[in-house]
Amino acid sequence: MRFGIVTFPGSNCDTDAYHAVVDVLGEEAVMLWHKDHDLRGVDVVILPGGFAHGDYLRAGAIARFSPIMREVSAHADRGGRVLAICNGFQIACEAGLLPGALVRNAGQSYICDQIRVRVENTDTAFTNAYTRGAVLRMPIAHGEGRFVADPAVLDAIESEGRVVFRYVDAAGVASPAGNPNGSMNGIAGIINNAGNVLGLMPHPERVVETVLGPADGLPLFESLVAQVAA
Amino acid sequence: MMRYRVAVHILPRDGILDPQGHAVADALHTLGFQGVQDVRIGRHVVVDTDADTAEAAREAVRAMCGRLLANPVIEDFEIASVTRS
Repeated sequence: MRFGIVTFPGSNCDTDAYHAVVDVLGEEAVMLWHKDHDLRGVDVVILPGGFAHGDYLRAGAIARFSPIMREVSAHADRGGRVLAICNGFQIACEAGLLPGALVRNAGQSYICDQIRVRVENTDTAFTNAYTRGAVLRMPIAHGEGRFVADPAVLDAIESEGRVVFRYVDAAGVASPAGNPNGSMNGIAGIINNAGNVLGLMPHPERVVETVLGPADGLPLFESLVAQVAA
Repeated sequence: MMRYRVAVHILPRDGILDPQGHAVADALHTLGFQGVQDVRIGRHVVVDTDADTAEAAREAVRAMCGRLLANPVIEDFEIASVTRS
């Protein structure tokens, strides 16, 4: 299957995503430039981490108007899969592909750390290779990762099982101590209503090889391959 | 066509925690400004634009806020002034 990885001016995790897909997963990937008008027939679009357009105005606010995003939205409307990581998650929210917004961390500072997330929903194209309730170690690296949404939106995504990853503490409990950035309900990753767009702040593409520790991000990519091949 | 300068205030919406504002409020208390109840920090955007009338310039910037300058999920905006420039 074919992944398309979008590079915006300021993306810096695009080659990490390429490495995860091509070198580790053994799948095909094409790099897409933000000014492209064609997704070149990819099955899955990855919006990678970074600081697209310098995060000017708001993180993701300018990138959402890049020409490629018109194609990404059309792809998503057709049911095509979109994996939006970190800055990609911010772009997806700004573009309306996902609800809510990501704002300055509650503690004000940029956080680069290993955190824990719990897999809340394994009935998705992105998480079917995980065990429900599994606690994963993943890195985060963001200044604007605090997920916020209107109460009605928050209720909806919670009740519909669309919170896919939640920050937890060392005991696997969703607690203030386990929530690095003050996200509402400890939300680290959500999926859209149709189940084909996933956004998360942690970086699964950085933890796909055991030489670097637990490869807790790999099942996410394996889930996608299993799903599209099926 | 006239040239207008439109200024717009964009602030975090009520209910959205503004940690920067909290930090500044704490600092103001430290400085002795005990009356300070709340501080919210946003951005002030100044747009110079050509338009037929001041009202058209205002409406254009309002539309810009809806599309790009503000994110309605987290921010409110108000047009602060429209002047000839």
